Amino acid sequence: MIANLAFYLFSFILLASAVMVVTSRNPVHAVLFLILGFVNAAVLFLLAGAEFLAFILAIVYVGAVAVLFLFVVMMLDVDFSALNEGFQRYAPVGALVALIMFAELTFIAGTWVIAPAGGADRLFPTPDNVTNTVALGQLLYTSYLPLFQLSGVILLVAMIGAIVLTHRDRKRSLHQNITAQHARTPAQTLAMVRAPLGEGVALPEKQPEEETL
Amino acid sequence: MNKVLRWTWSLVLWEILCGLGITLRYFFRPKATINYPFEKNPTSARFRGEHALRRYPNGEERCIACKLCEAVCPAQAITIEAEPREDGSRRTTRYDIDMVKCIYCGLCEEACPVDAIVEGPNFEFATETREELLYDKQKLLANGDRWEPELAKRLELDAPYR
Amino acid sequence: MTPFWATDIGILILSIVKTLALVVPLLIGVAYLTYFERKVMGAIQLRKGPNVVGPFGLWQPFADALKMLMKETIIPTGADKLLFVLAPMITFGLAIIAWAVIPVNNGWGIANINVGVLYLFAISSLGVYGVIIAGWASNSKYAFLGALRSAAQMVSYEVSMGFVIVTVLILAGSLNLNAIVLAQKHLWFAVPLFPLFVIFFISSLAETNRAPFDLAEGESEIVAGFFVEYSAMSFALFFLGEYANMILISGMTTTLFLGGWLSPVPFLPSGVLWFLLKVLICLFVFVWVRATLPRLRYDQLMALGWKVFLPISLVYLVAVAGVMEYAGWLPNA
Repeated sequence: MIANLAFYLFSFILLASAVMVVTSRNPVHAVLFLILGFVNAAVLFLLAGAEFLAFILAIVYVGAVAVLFLFVVMMLDVDFSALNEGFQRYAPVGALVALIMFAELTFIAGTWVIAPAGGADRLFPTPDNVTNTVALGQLLYTSYLPLFQLSGVILLVAMIGAIVLTHRDRKRSLHQNITAQHARTPAQTLAMVRAPLGEGVALPEKQPEEETL
Repeated sequence: MNKVLRWTWSLVLWEILCGLGITLRYFFRPKATINYPFEKNPTSARFRGEHALRRYPNGEERCIACKLCEAVCPAQAITIEAEPREDGSRRTTRYDIDMVKCIYCGLCEEACPVDAIVEGPNFEFATETREELLYDKQKLLANGDRWEPELAKRLELDAPYR
Repeated sequence: MTPFWATDIGILILSIVKTLALVVPLLIGVAYLTYFERKVMGAIQLRKGPNVVGPFGLWQPFADALKMLMKETIIPTGADKLLFVLAPMITFGLAIIAWAVIPVNNGWGIANINVGVLYLFAISSLGVYGVIIAGWASNSKYAFLGALRSAAQMVSYEVSMGFVIVTVLILAGSLNLNAIVLAQKHLWFAVPLFPLFVIFFISSLAETNRAPFDLAEGESEIVAGFFVEYSAMSFALFFLGEYANMILISGMTTTLFLGGWLSPVPFLPSGVLWFLLKVLICLFVFVWVRATLPRLRYDQLMALGWKVFLPISLVYLVAVAGVMEYAGWLPNA
């Protein structure tokens, strides 16, 4: 009973915050509602008995991805009146797109067939007294290992690509090389010169610095 | 030392550990704090604290309204008005010190020919309102009566150097 | 007939009682951690610390709390009022609810769940929101700078922290915190994983915004960082949240690396006192480090996280996994 109540409560919050993401005027509020939505989705996972997925969702989406979203959105300087300017002009097109999407979803929902064995799987989400994590791990690292590794490689390529595209070597930036600074010895920087009276001194040859790491 | 070696050595966090060692040693040292409201540091005989107007032993006030202190005060914190008293002696009718303006330089004390205005050993005269720091003659004389033993002692101690 | 404690209402009451039994000492601990810090920092700086209110100044935390309660709550104009009030509650609440899974003694955790480590990690990664929301909702540039710094810092250090935790998981073979502690019966994980233990500790300093990683508040550069605009109880909540986080991270360190409630001396019984002692030692190091090291510059902070900690923890993770697999020491294999 309590679980049912909790399910309806959290799914209501999830849907409400999803609506708020789209409708709220302030982008920061929208992202915060998105985060609320993520958290509620995680809670729904928990209620369904998928605790591993729930916390991974919380860690990855709420803890990392949404932080960066928020980070970017907070920096934006949005002019709200300019955003609403073309609303009337684009409203028909938007409505058309929405209608098409809705129709497609209806078709899909109409032809949806639940597998005959699906009901039993839903009742016992994890097989045979194995914890969630172990069950997922066994699937991922045995049956689906190549696919899993492949997706990892794709992510790695994407990451390297992003770094290559944005990285530029700032030759003129004034960055410190702390290791080089620490490695300097008095012999490299200091020369004791005896200055005889009335003759002045010739500056000693500069010691070549060790090449930086 | 080789650079790579030095870099590897830095991973041991040796310098940070040295720093932590120093602070740990200080942790066990005796404290330098004095327990202020209950213990106090000794003050010098020349300490320049709250002002006071002194009296002669027979109860006659010392100040003769020469206004040297008013003239010398660099912060112009002293205001004096004077009139002859009934017995013909010259006395102040008003002697105000604005303790908010005062910079505690001690020049009034130096200027006074009769050791009437002095700065005493008291430094705990904080008040809750600003007005309480505008001292009048009555307050200064009361200070003098209150601190006279200390004031006399301090003047005596400082006398050989004047 | 089922016993009362097995009925729905019984379980609810039992949970509430257990929660109170954990949270009340925890809150008192948080209050006294402020006192502890002031005393330890004082001693290191040759001062005495608070010693006037009550015997040895022991009532000082309560005096402070009373003062904070009496102050006026100021909400700046231009602030986002709801979020402004919500942010300190998020910070403080998260620091408290994370304790639900920490096993104080064998099986004493309120919720002995299978994925306790993930729960802890998820909650601690949510902690950044209190800071970001506070910084943004204050509508102040110092607060905003503090929030940005702290967001970048927390996200960066979570990465290496995650790898360290994964290494611990490989050694323990379980995500359950109780099982992780029991896996350290013969050898604390701090011994084979010593470099990772150090990395974890330093990252946790960054995660809790403590010196030398307190750039988010950096009072010498950006006044007080994300909580410049806060006053009275909302400020107090931030303040207490920071200390509650310190205790939480110390509890995590104790559970993951220092053998939790297990006794290090063979002939002494294990128990909750050992847990407390280990947490206290961790907290002492927190304060000790704060009293010793100056604040890092922002680029040094990032370089340390991404260029030093991340590679080391990654390499160590792969090495540990390889050795365990090769030697056949993997648990549950």
